[in-house]
Amino acid sequence: MAHAEGQQHPIGIYLKIWGLLFVLSTASYLVDYFHFQGYLRWFLIIVFMLLKAGLIVAVFMHMMWERLALMYAIVVPPLLLMVLLGIGALEADYTFLTRSVFFMKGLF
Amino acid sequence: MTQAIPANTLEPLPLPEGIQGVVADWSSDQRAFKKVPWGKAMMWIFLVSDTFIFSAFLISYMTVRMSTTDPWPNPGEVFALTLWGKKIPLILIAIMTFILISSSGTMAMAVNFGYRKDRVKTFVLLLLTAALGASFVGMQAFEWSKLIFEEGVRPWGNPMGAAQFGSAFFMITGFHGTHVSIGVIFLIIVAIKVLRGDLDHQRPGFLTGRKGNYEIVEIMGLYWHFVDLVWVFIFALFYLW
Repeated sequence: MAHAEGQQHPIGIYLKIWGLLFVLSTASYLVDYFHFQGYLRWFLIIVFMLLKAGLIVAVFMHMMWERLALMYAIVVPPLLLMVLLGIGALEADYTFLTRSVFFMKGLF
Repeated sequence: MTQAIPANTLEPLPLPEGIQGVVADWSSDQRAFKKVPWGKAMMWIFLVSDTFIFSAFLISYMTVRMSTTDPWPNPGEVFALTLWGKKIPLILIAIMTFILISSSGTMAMAVNFGYRKDRVKTFVLLLLTAALGASFVGMQAFEWSKLIFEEGVRPWGNPMGAAQFGSAFFMITGFHGTHVSIGVIFLIIVAIKVLRGDLDHQRPGFLTGRKGNYEIVEIMGLYWHFVDLVWVFIFALFYLW
């Protein structure tokens, strides 16, 4: 049986990423604490979220050290979800419009 | 006709890198995922399917939240706690986030010490991960009971606003909490295997009968980090939106 060598990296890198995740989590908590609103809030929340997700997958889950064949097989299919996200948003806007027209007649 | 035979047939052929490597790996008529144990590739594929499940929940939550004409309850206020006479918004969720990140850190170090065959350190770190996971579930139980008994949130309605709040909340955090609970159970199982030396002596597992190996610590780690990963998205999209 072909045996794969285990992932072996210095402990320091995990501690650094751990610290970085703490900083990013604190930052995203502060976004709520200081009541940022509107597009700034959205931008900050999404950026911190994606940075945290990227760090976890790349370092903690060792994805950055895997071969490209595995990386593509795992990371690319979830991008399809963007389509579902788009469909969901379109549908929600439409539902909101019809609900506004029929439930809240004074609005239009 | 004689053919030139390579001098050393034991020497594996070098694997190409980059895009050429992707093509070569997938067309090699063998295992597509080189340098990765079978179980690890399968765990990754399971995690992709789990990604789709959680995404379906989160996207349907987005859809109901965008389409409701009632005001959505403000999560910052709903999940506020009064500590030392002061109302702090979202504090319990922040603590839960830090606990889960810390458990991910201890898990990553457990994997590292596992490959170094340091049994005691791996065991302690795995147990610490399980303990942090269990305290996360405990806090979630506290959060749920506070919401159900004090705030009167139900899957079909709540006094604060949009009825969809309850169903989305219970569905998403409930499914995530189930994942954490299953993870805690398996962490304890893996920790016992490590301490007993099952992985050093390649003792067959009780369920699969496969030989024990320190790869299972890393596979367990993949699952645990995924649970943390999902929480990153729930924290941002449910609690901070």
